[in-house]
Amino acid sequence: MNIYVLMKRTFDTEEKITISGGKINEDGAEFIINPYDEYAIEEAIQVRDANGGEVTVLSVGTDEAEKQLRTALAMGADKAVLINIEEDVEGGDQFTTAKVISQYLKDKDVDLILAGNVAIDGGSGQVGPRVADALDIPYVTTITKLEINGSSVTVTRDVEGDSEVIETSLPLLVTAQQGLNEPRYPSLPGIMKAKKKPLDELELDDLDLEEDEVEAKTKTIEIYLPPKKEAGKVLEGELEAQVKELVSLLHSEAKVV
Amino acid sequence: MGRKVLVLGEIREGSLRNVSFEAVAAARTVAEGGEVVGVLIGDSVSALGQELISYGAERVIAVENEKLAQYTPDGYSQALMSVIKEEKPGGLIIGHTALGKDLSPKIASKLNSGLISDAVQVEEAGGNLVFTRPIYSGKAFEKKIVSEGIIFATIRPNNIASLEKDENRTGDVSTLSVDIKDLRTVIKEVVRKATEGVDLSEAKVVVSGGRGVRSEEGFEPLKELASVLGGAVGASRGACDADYCDYSLQIGQTGKVVTPDLYIACGISGAIQHLAGMSNSKVIVAINKDPEANIFKVADYGIVGDLFEVVPMLTEEFKKLKVHQ
Repeated sequence: MNIYVLMKRTFDTEEKITISGGKINEDGAEFIINPYDEYAIEEAIQVRDANGGEVTVLSVGTDEAEKQLRTALAMGADKAVLINIEEDVEGGDQFTTAKVISQYLKDKDVDLILAGNVAIDGGSGQVGPRVADALDIPYVTTITKLEINGSSVTVTRDVEGDSEVIETSLPLLVTAQQGLNEPRYPSLPGIMKAKKKPLDELELDDLDLEEDEVEAKTKTIEIYLPPKKEAGKVLEGELEAQVKELVSLLHSEAKVV
Repeated sequence: MGRKVLVLGEIREGSLRNVSFEAVAAARTVAEGGEVVGVLIGDSVSALGQELISYGAERVIAVENEKLAQYTPDGYSQALMSVIKEEKPGGLIIGHTALGKDLSPKIASKLNSGLISDAVQVEEAGGNLVFTRPIYSGKAFEKKIVSEGIIFATIRPNNIASLEKDENRTGDVSTLSVDIKDLRTVIKEVVRKATEGVDLSEAKVVVSGGRGVRSEEGFEPLKELASVLGGAVGASRGACDADYCDYSLQIGQTGKVVTPDLYIACGISGAIQHLAGMSNSKVIVAINKDPEANIFKVADYGIVGDLFEVVPMLTEEFKKLKVHQ
């Protein structure tokens, strides 16, 4: 089976966000594999171990994503591909990323593509379904269970708390929701092996893409931090009196009940 | 001048969802005086057209086919693309719900267009339609414009005010018959877990529990409070990881992002990853035994105390208040 995982390098969830020069300040920040993509990588490895084949982890970004790609290789992926668009693209959006990925995948023999259902930085969750549509394969988003039997596939999908059981077939793209699996930590031998696994780096030229073919359709004109919330009122006195006061404040002062 | 804008009316269990009325309001801003056209998709949905009109759509197109009884990306995209082909809109607005998140990128791919996801505000500014959306799960915001092609956005529930419902608004409800080709994904079963009724992402009140809830049973008093307030129950990652509740309840940077009118955090310490999912709620109440807990820094009102004492007392007080209302 040919399995591909779409991976994004993102800010660590524990990082505080600051802005300098109109941009998110990345100095000294910790970067990780987007947590939802980690589920995708883990699932890909499990599917390969059960069905045979190869897992290729693919990322679009800058050469800094090499570190996260190596981590994916250390977890057990077989190959990594970095499409470096740093030189060619400024201000790319989801159209850009999906275009680049689908251009890369369109002449590959693909059985299964996995991705996170959303990246915790940009948060738009578009790239997976866009790529599936461009490749003309079906997709299922926010999955919590994947069962493959030959070319038929049964997927359980989280829909705002409800679960849908869906039947479909390969080739297929799925996006991972929390609960799909428990991603493994890279083992020491895994980390050693990862150093020798292939990590290819490509640019737009290698994909026969011109800069204007991937030009963003949307533009960010401003980034700002939400107004800092002032610490509120911690109530005092007898517990019962506090509760009464709270209800009265919510009713008459905040007017939310 | 203006532009024609389509709005997808999302139907859940036979009724239109609130976010669709909010989408109509957003569409009117995007239309800049142009026509706002509602689109309904299903097996028999035209009866809901009038309600979309009473919230501000000028007319409604119902796409009906028995293969559209349940949402599938293939079925809905074929239906919506036929309307788009017919109407040639300059804008398209869809709710940022499970359905909207799943369908919209596919439509954007077919239109070769941009898509601004999860907008919390849209306004006309300096000759542009400017959308505001949270990034880093609400730790920051960005303002975005469409630089080329159709103005296509999904809007987050509970953020853009819908118009006042007016039954006197009139408009045409037409049906469009479409041929639906193969559906490559088939829904075999739907397991309803969210029995509480109120959807977390659309709830006006969220009562949320953390590690301090200590067990699955510990969520019971929270459920009672939520039910008195007509709200939904949520949880922190800690509570989910400890198996006190299902991951579908998780609020945070991984998990759901909610912006209710009232957020009541019970036994939640307030890790950054959780704050990212709820700190833009209008009013936050924190109940925690630890006066140093981080959650008090973002709370509007706090009570230092044991949630198992405080929450039942709160439930009783709110019951009294509801009787008087």
